[in-house]
Amino acid sequence: MGIDRRGFIRIAGLTAFGAMSNSVFDHAVASEEITEEGLVAASLKAHRWAMVIDIKKCQEQHGCTKCIDACHTVHNVPDYENPKDEIKWIWHETYEHTFHEQEHEHLPEHLRHLPVLVLCNHCDNPPCVRVCPTKATFQRNDGIVAMDMHRCIGCRYCVAACPYGSRSFNWREPKRWFEENDVDINKSFPTRTRGVVEKCNFCAERLVKGQIPACVEACEANAMFFGDLDDPDSEVREILSSRFSIRRKPNLGTLPQIYYLL
Amino acid sequence: MYNSGKIIIGLLVFVLAATFPIWYNAATGQSDEYKPDPKIVVDTGYCVAETNYMRKAHMDLLNDWRDRVVRDGERFVNVQGEVMEMSLTNTCMMKCHWNKEDFCDECHNYAEVSPYCWDCHLEPKEVE
Repeated sequence: MGIDRRGFIRIAGLTAFGAMSNSVFDHAVASEEITEEGLVAASLKAHRWAMVIDIKKCQEQHGCTKCIDACHTVHNVPDYENPKDEIKWIWHETYEHTFHEQEHEHLPEHLRHLPVLVLCNHCDNPPCVRVCPTKATFQRNDGIVAMDMHRCIGCRYCVAACPYGSRSFNWREPKRWFEENDVDINKSFPTRTRGVVEKCNFCAERLVKGQIPACVEACEANAMFFGDLDDPDSEVREILSSRFSIRRKPNLGTLPQIYYLL
Repeated sequence: MYNSGKIIIGLLVFVLAATFPIWYNAATGQSDEYKPDPKIVVDTGYCVAETNYMRKAHMDLLNDWRDRVVRDGERFVNVQGEVMEMSLTNTCMMKCHWNKEDFCDECHNYAEVSPYCWDCHLEPKEVE
């Protein structure tokens, strides 16, 4: 079988083009063929992440702050003493502040003053997302209300819109606080910069690596549960269907996804 | 023209002063001397993409990674058979470009661009 001159040139041309486009575009789109199955399979996925917090069990620990410490260490949250500058991802709030519609003067003492763990509710109908002018905050397909710090312009509409006070604005340069106080920075997570808003991200960066949220992992009282609400066999669904639970300010229609067991 | 002598001398002085950086550099030969020389400390033999592509478009690649990690919730990328984390600090800097001053800043300073990556992301020195 021979090959004529024209045929040779055609093949040579195609080969050269193929090689060129390969070297130019290969890496730009290299991501498509990527994602090693093992790693992707290991990441935790859901249609609707939610959390259940057992207030009673939590309160039995009397001032335990393991979940808060774990979260704030993992996410490089500075601890400013001045409450005006405070950055909060997960923190304690009194019962009367957390469930103020449910509060009345004859509540048992232990309920009224003991702290309730609060964090971003990752609402199904998040008002913060609706008001964000740059789409810096958005809702992921798995229900997590996430922040893209690169897009945040620091307008604080979301801070005003959130009925739960879950968002904090960086008035100060966080890195400077870590330097000045000689606190170690978690190297696998960035800090924030002055002028952006931040909040709990349901440990999205841990879920993708197959780890459950840091607060749930740190809780030794077994008072926090995390799972997929769309999965009828999940632990959270099981608990919610067997025990009475309440949510914060459900009348606002934000559909919060943090459930509290009393 | 009134006072032409003064005006012409004045204009001459102004032009000379305004173009001072240009002819001074040309005279001393400084402009030819300096070329940015980014140093790669750990030589793994390859980057996540080819050198030419990275030189021109590393910012596009980083933006692509950023969007996929933050917006799409992905994390890993397959580079020539090796699975890597899409991370400025943990992949780009920790694995190869250890020294921000000698690598990133070398060209960024030359081109006078100041990306704000490191306002939040950590450089290896801070990680140490």
